Amino acid sequence: MLAVATLPAWLQRSLIRWGVHPDDHKRPVADLPVERLPLPARLFLPLQQHVGAPARPVVKIGDPVLKGQLLAESAANISAPVHASTSGRIVDITTYPAPHPSGLEQPVMVLEPDGEDRWIDTSPPTDPFSLPPAEIGRIVSAAGVVGMGGATFPSAVKLALGLRVQVEILIVNGGECEPYLSCDDRLMRDDAEGVVDGIRLALHAIGAQEARVGIENNKPEAIAAMQQAAAPFPEVRIMPVPAQYPMGSDKQLIQVLTGREVPFDGRAADAGVLVHNVGTCHAIHQAVRLGRPLVERLVTVSGGAVERPRNLVAPIGATAQDLFDYCGGLASAPARVIMGGPMMGNPLATTASPVIKGTSGLLALTQEEVGEDDRAGPCIRCASCVSACPMNLLPLEMAAHIRSDDPDGAFHLGLNDCIGCGCCSYVCPSAIPLSHYFSYAKGALAANERSKLKSESIKKLTAARLERQEREAREKAEAAARRKAEREAAKARAAAQANAVTTKAATVDANA
Amino acid sequence: MSTLPHPNHAPHAHSGVKVSRIMATVMLALTPATLFGFTLFGWPSILLWLVTVGACLVLEVACLRLAGRGGPKTLWDGSALLAGWLLAMTLPPFAPWWIGVLGAVATIVVAKHAYGGLGQNPFNPAMVGRVALLISFPLPMTTWVQPAPLFAAGSPSLIDSLHIIFSGTAVPDALTSATLLGHVKTEATRGVDALHAVMSLGADGSGLGWHAGSLGETGSLLVLAGGLFLLARRIITWHIPTSLLAGLALPAAIGHAVAPELYLSAGAHLTAGAAMLGAFFIATDLVTSPATSAGRLIFGFGCGLLTWVIRTFAGFPEGLAFAVLLMNAGVPLIDRYTRPRIYGHGQPAKAG
Repeated sequence: MLAVATLPAWLQRSLIRWGVHPDDHKRPVADLPVERLPLPARLFLPLQQHVGAPARPVVKIGDPVLKGQLLAESAANISAPVHASTSGRIVDITTYPAPHPSGLEQPVMVLEPDGEDRWIDTSPPTDPFSLPPAEIGRIVSAAGVVGMGGATFPSAVKLALGLRVQVEILIVNGGECEPYLSCDDRLMRDDAEGVVDGIRLALHAIGAQEARVGIENNKPEAIAAMQQAAAPFPEVRIMPVPAQYPMGSDKQLIQVLTGREVPFDGRAADAGVLVHNVGTCHAIHQAVRLGRPLVERLVTVSGGAVERPRNLVAPIGATAQDLFDYCGGLASAPARVIMGGPMMGNPLATTASPVIKGTSGLLALTQEEVGEDDRAGPCIRCASCVSACPMNLLPLEMAAHIRSDDPDGAFHLGLNDCIGCGCCSYVCPSAIPLSHYFSYAKGALAANERSKLKSESIKKLTAARLERQEREAREKAEAAARRKAEREAAKARAAAQANAVTTKAATVDANA
Repeated sequence: MSTLPHPNHAPHAHSGVKVSRIMATVMLALTPATLFGFTLFGWPSILLWLVTVGACLVLEVACLRLAGRGGPKTLWDGSALLAGWLLAMTLPPFAPWWIGVLGAVATIVVAKHAYGGLGQNPFNPAMVGRVALLISFPLPMTTWVQPAPLFAAGSPSLIDSLHIIFSGTAVPDALTSATLLGHVKTEATRGVDALHAVMSLGADGSGLGWHAGSLGETGSLLVLAGGLFLLARRIITWHIPTSLLAGLALPAAIGHAVAPELYLSAGAHLTAGAAMLGAFFIATDLVTSPATSAGRLIFGFGCGLLTWVIRTFAGFPEGLAFAVLLMNAGVPLIDRYTRPRIYGHGQPAKAG
């Protein structure tokens, strides 16, 4: 199929027949220089900041630690370690509100900075390109690098998969299609060399020949900086793409950059590609070239309720409140506080929640920005959701099934293909919370599936138990029968013997 | 630590487009053709329009109250106003008041609220209203008048108009006339062929024509302009108008080429009757048309083709309302079999 990104720019826009075009609200924040958040009094480092198993602590309460020191190790095949974001002392290992809409508590390590911000000794390899590809993966794994676009999938697992299935093209996601967010934009403008180096290291790690970097054309400065940095390396192609949400979604970016589709029952690797975010590539560069694990990241603090919105370098574990405070606090009571972007981000239950590896933005949005909180009206079948859906689904029909408590009906219409991008809710003139419906129905389906598996396994266990009981009864009966037969045989023998003796005696008697 | 508002699901942004805004845009697009109709047919048409739209609004409020879903917001989504407006566009401009009221009953009560209100109706409400009237009251529904512009000599004054609309005073004979399609149909029964019928009416069905008809059919070009405006504002897509006009024009052009004395030309079909109004405002009704692009093409073509068949072979001179209602009935089926291929799947989602 056609790779839209290889066509002239004027054609690209009209060939992309999905998505929405929200106000991007990226400037002026994207044009302001990045500032560094001063070390807060305490850092809260969740043991689970990634997809997969939570990390296992390797330090004790009271231990002094250096910046970059391993605090908790990877605990499974899919997991990632957690490192100290600064030097100081571990003062507690406890639970703390997670950056999640529920605000439920999760295990964290509490780090009290000593203010020296002293790094551990590092010994990065002098020429990483001479290392075997798997060794790059090992370094990335040890550095705790996870997908920094928000997916937080352990990067080393992806690199290993890419190496194993021999993907051809590395897709680098510089789309940053979410409104407000500009941390990737800033990263590409400020350290394009680092990003390109990380891309080349990732290429080496997976053994692919070509990297395609998709950057939305609303970031001309980033495109220019990246083109300059990538000029000496023909294997890294910078490809401007139309600014159309959700361009930064893996599946859509793959389609636009390569013309390939990820099969519904497969992964990007099945289409011969692997996707990494620009932030992740930068983290790979830091890990391999400088030996520095992932302990800080760029976060966009923005939204109408923020006094001085800007991009901050924040240590992992600083709280949302720390970042808002540094940005002059909240000018007005926000209608919503979001971690991530406004289209897919999660509302926070409390600003006490910490920044984690996947935190790209912290937004305090006013009512005006969010739009009126209208009660959902009836669907007028305008099909705006159908035109907006980047997966070619029929959101209005799926919603009708879900409303009538039929998640299976929605499943047959492709519910599980829904990427949750929120385009349908964004355009719905009746303010129907479609993506909320779909999240709910996916949960309901998963719960159904779990209870089905459970009841199946109970059925299997019950059947096995019955069979065992029958077998035991049978064996018992057989044993009893055998014993009885043996007893009777013995009795018969004894009787026969007695008979024989009697007969003998009789014979003897007779002979006598 | 500050307390935050109750968390809502993403997205935390909205395009700002609302149902009421969509309806308002459609009404804006209808305005030029309506105003042209008003000037063409004068006070009676204005009074009838007011009666029809007013009756629709009153009935909407009553139905919402009955359903326990009252409240000004539901009323001001504008859907009842628009349905009434569209119905009024299809009525003979000098029809008596009760035509408007009974049409409103069929439109709002029968076609819309009996099914559960906005978004639930399978059939186009305004067309249900028109068809119910046409079948029940053929005479007032086919009594057309020549244009009698506001304030022109010979046109009814406001007082005369009140009499015409409200007390059943007969329309002055001098004013009655026939629509192009009606005239051709009548002449055909007398053995006059289509070519001569068109000539004897002295009209060629021109869009901004000075000829008899409803508000919606006299200003075809203005209706077309309104439709293009809707396209530009992305309220409707090109699929239904294009395929409807093609479905009407193709058979007409073939027929006319083969036997011009039997079949009207494609041009006459496209500019006469409710073709333009139907293509841009009626068949494109969001609630009662398919949701997929392919479905819309099928739906539009079917509407156009059926319109031509009814106009040409059936007893009624104009068939668009019937055509749209027939195709409305097929929408669930069309939607089911035109599901788009989902990203990453080889085949479209199974019908079921």
